[in-house]
Amino acid sequence: MTTTAVRTPVPTARGPVSSALLDVLTGPEDTPAAAYETLASAVARAVESTEDVLADEDVQLSLFLLYLLHYGPAEFVTGEREWDPELLRIRAVLEERFERELRDRVPVPDPLPQDGAELVDAMFTMTGGEEKPTLATWLARHPSEEILREFLIHRSIYTLREADPHSWGIARLRGRAKAALVEIQSDEYGGGRPERVHATIFAQSMRGVGLDDTLDHYLDLVPAPTLASMNVMSLFGLHRRLRGAIAGHLAAFEMTSSIPNKYYGRAFRKLGYGEDVTWYYDEHVEADAVHEQIAARDLAGALAQDEPALLPDILFGAAACLYVDGLMGEHMLECWREERSSLRPAEAAL
Amino acid sequence: MKNERSEDPSEDPVVITPCPNGPLLVRGDVLIAPEPGAEPQKPPRRVVALCRCNMSSIAPFCDGSHKLANFRTRPPRYNIGSPREDAGEED
Repeated sequence: MTTTAVRTPVPTARGPVSSALLDVLTGPEDTPAAAYETLASAVARAVESTEDVLADEDVQLSLFLLYLLHYGPAEFVTGEREWDPELLRIRAVLEERFERELRDRVPVPDPLPQDGAELVDAMFTMTGGEEKPTLATWLARHPSEEILREFLIHRSIYTLREADPHSWGIARLRGRAKAALVEIQSDEYGGGRPERVHATIFAQSMRGVGLDDTLDHYLDLVPAPTLASMNVMSLFGLHRRLRGAIAGHLAAFEMTSSIPNKYYGRAFRKLGYGEDVTWYYDEHVEADAVHEQIAARDLAGALAQDEPALLPDILFGAAACLYVDGLMGEHMLECWREERSSLRPAEAAL
Repeated sequence: MKNERSEDPSEDPVVITPCPNGPLLVRGDVLIAPEPGAEPQKPPRRVVALCRCNMSSIAPFCDGSHKLANFRTRPPRYNIGSPREDAGEED
């Protein structure tokens, strides 16, 4: 069973920046100078006035859309926009604000580890707090059709492109770290078997609970924390300068994955779903127990040893992963505990 | 089957890496017999993690449970990035 590809609709703007950006992206291919000017001044105002850039719906959607030009398909976009210098300049203004906020808020171990081996220990300590995963254990105790569908909708933004943001990092690493990243990504992409590509297995889970597995189908429904989670990965992955951070991000992601996925699988099984839906979670219990070791030791550890100058950013990337994904999880849990939807209200019915 | 590997194991030996406080990582073409006398089977991935703590729900594979059990192995004999004694002249 496959879902027929449908053109993704134009996303709904969430404020002046995304509104001006969508005007450019969906407007005439030969963008009028005035449209860029409107966008640039909206961006300048937004980075000045935003109270919390990680929770800013307008900024996070705009960053997401600008990154989307590199991933695709973004069928609503007219013309060739990926390397539009005006859009890249605007993205840089948003990114500067985003990265500054992350560096201000994300806690990094102090004092810093001194070498690769110490970094590996620090990574296991940092990720140790996630061993009793609140969101996952809560879901396993209180699964409902509606909540699990919402959960998959949040996750779909990244997981239908699972591993892609970290793949940007491959070309930017060398030696042991590159080999380790490729070894992990190869597994993420099915090890040569298309039916085992993790994003494809996830799409099957979505269809299994009656959701649409078209990329970004639910974009309008997901709030800023969910977009921020994806945007952090794109920020780190698309800048060579931040290659330490993308490596650290993947390591932290893999190191906090096996145990939660066991609970997620349990939640779906509790509602009577079969292997077509739970395969994704069962697969990740096993795969990420492997990836955790490779990512911590051969990717992050070896990178810190081979490029010591990247050590602080490896930790920053790891901590940013835990922090931002923590915000996303907290948002879901808070809403569900209060028995309300964690999604944005939209006309589109689920 | 595509990607068929050489029959000569010396060309691509299986490598087993004991991870501190964690599983054994097994890299390479291996078959695993679920129990003594059972038919050996090809694991689903090229690198597998074998449980050492005996807490895994998917034994013989690791599922991360060693962390919940605070499983501890003997201290490692070498550090990531430090050359092994037999690794030659590299610094």
